[in-house]
Amino acid sequence: MALEKIKEVKGKAVYVQGNDIDTDRIIPARFMKCVTFDGLGEFLFYDVRKDVEGNDKEHPLNEPRFSGASILISNANFGCGSSREHAPQALYRYGFRAILAESYAEIFFGNCCGLGVPCAVASHENIKKISSLIDQNPEIEVHLDVANSKIITSELTFSVDIPPGAREALTEGRWDPIAELQEAEQAVDDVVNELGYAI
Amino acid sequence: MAKNLFQKVWDAHAVRELSNGQTQLLIGTHLIHEVTSPQAFGMLRDLGIKVKYPNRTFATVDHIVPTDQREQPFSDPLADAMIKELAKNAEEFGVTYFDLASGKQGVVHVVGPEQGITQPGTTIACGDSHTATHGAFGAIAFGIGTTQVRDVLATQTMALGKLKVRRINVDGDLKPGVYAKDVALHIIALLGANGGIGFAYEYGGTLFDALSMEERMTVCNMAIEGGARCGYVNPDDKTFDYLKGRPYSPEGDNWDEAVLRWKSFASDPDCEYDDIINISADEIAPTVTWGVSPDQGFSIEGVIPDPSVEKNENDRLSVQEAISYMKLEPGEPIKGTKIDVAFLGSCTNGRLSDFREVAKYLKGHKVSEGVKAIAVPGSQVVDLMAKKEGLDKIFSDAGFEWRAAGCSMCLAMNPDKLVGDQLCASSSNRNFKGRQGSPTGRTVLMSPVMVAAAAVNGYISDAREVFSI
Ligand code: SF4
Repeated sequence: MALEKIKEVKGKAVYVQGNDIDTDRIIPARFMKCVTFDGLGEFLFYDVRKDVEGNDKEHPLNEPRFSGASILISNANFGCGSSREHAPQALYRYGFRAILAESYAEIFFGNCCGLGVPCAVASHENIKKISSLIDQNPEIEVHLDVANSKIITSELTFSVDIPPGAREALTEGRWDPIAELQEAEQAVDDVVNELGYAI
Repeated sequence: MAKNLFQKVWDAHAVRELSNGQTQLLIGTHLIHEVTSPQAFGMLRDLGIKVKYPNRTFATVDHIVPTDQREQPFSDPLADAMIKELAKNAEEFGVTYFDLASGKQGVVHVVGPEQGITQPGTTIACGDSHTATHGAFGAIAFGIGTTQVRDVLATQTMALGKLKVRRINVDGDLKPGVYAKDVALHIIALLGANGGIGFAYEYGGTLFDALSMEERMTVCNMAIEGGARCGYVNPDDKTFDYLKGRPYSPEGDNWDEAVLRWKSFASDPDCEYDDIINISADEIAPTVTWGVSPDQGFSIEGVIPDPSVEKNENDRLSVQEAISYMKLEPGEPIKGTKIDVAFLGSCTNGRLSDFREVAKYLKGHKVSEGVKAIAVPGSQVVDLMAKKEGLDKIFSDAGFEWRAAGCSMCLAMNPDKLVGDQLCASSSNRNFKGRQGSPTGRTVLMSPVMVAAAAVNGYISDAREVFSI
């Protein structure tokens, strides 16, 4: 299974402000009544984007100037809470291909990585700078250079942190580990037998 | 070299290093439920792969299952379809399934321990963040996403980076009316909802030595709310006593061998940790949340914080956002806040000891008029045992609805939901916006006895005063 080598993501960006944005907020639980992930994109951030009648509320994703954004920017502990992969799936299906935040909850980070969505870490200061930049100029192209751990725009460039393991997995097209995990069948059986799991 | 439990379990289960530097880790036990597994089975079908060790995978239904009507078809056709899908997958792939007719169904994190499936020194994974609960037995238990559920089904392993270990010592005794739930909320408020990122939490100290297995589970359950990927307590005689005689526990000679093996996984006395935190148990008060993140909590004596005093802009915004969502005023005490719903249950506090403890105080009291109160056992086994002891009767006499087992209003994927901006005193683990089923619904987390106190008064109360504890 040849996977895409994700060396960079380029596109418009949108800033969703807040610390501790949890996966219940990213995709409310009632939209998880599904046996496939198709169609989750339309329910992304549903309860903060829509009122009870389904009309748009004030939210960056409802602003036409940010439409088509492929990079999501946020603050600390993004994706905390439930382990639901429905959250990264909804982000992906909505059109996001990369996330830039101050930190991530670990399960969310791993889930994104497994979908080939880089999660880059930036300092509080740099998140502030880039969010005000896109607020002034929503059309500006934001370039996440995964291989070199950098955010590049015409106005502003700064380093980001992507843990080396995740970075290599993305840039070398090994972000979905299944093929590699399947290779070690004998070694797995050995550990199972040694630990007495094979009842 | 002296090692802690996390390192020992990790080393014993490491199959090999992967090309991205992560470890291919053997997962001893895999638990699955109806919400996060159907897509994983779909992926297996697409790839034409079987479940590698079907006897190491256990399934049940909890998230969606109704707690009132229990005959299929359920009134929600989507719920019905998802439960049928799990039954079909379990049968096709040869996985043990504790269905509604089994008498063993329940919240996956209640079922694993009570069936003796959860054992010390093992690795456990489940497509659910509260898998951390199983750490109470000295297991390393990870919540995972659906793609990883596929990986575990297909290979019995997953790719993972090693965690650091933070030892959290809590020494001393809890004051009367203070419970394991308060310990969990206190630690989260102290270290923050993201304080545990990159860590496994090892809970210890004289308090944890004294806590029962069920209380240890309550604290480990909420490791994830503090940002830690997993939490655990070293196995001891209490752990072994709990497991003895359970359906999936080893028997006879195997039992003695198992206990020896389990003991060997406990942290060595002189092992090292990446971080150590010391907490004194007598500092811990009955704790409640006031906001929309589990770390926004304080003592029941607390007053709603004032956002304008926060120095950092994001903190100011978080506090502002939380109190405006919660419709609370800065400077007001949390005590006295009117409630609409009282929820007792969940994988944090839906076990027999929780209902026993509440029943002790609830006897002779009535739920305040206008409060909807539900008690939802964590499993069919809990339900049965509670009924044997007549606990259900005490709850229904007091005005609680006694329901059948499931996650219920913890995440409201079934018909148990808040309506509008109702405020719920809840023994569950998450107070996120919209968590309990209404996009404007409000949640205040607390211990089960505090939920009962709020239900009786109709407003958030100090259980020690209500029940003269
Ligand atoms: S009871 Fe709540 S937290 Fe526990 S598994 Fe169910 S939904 Fe998740």
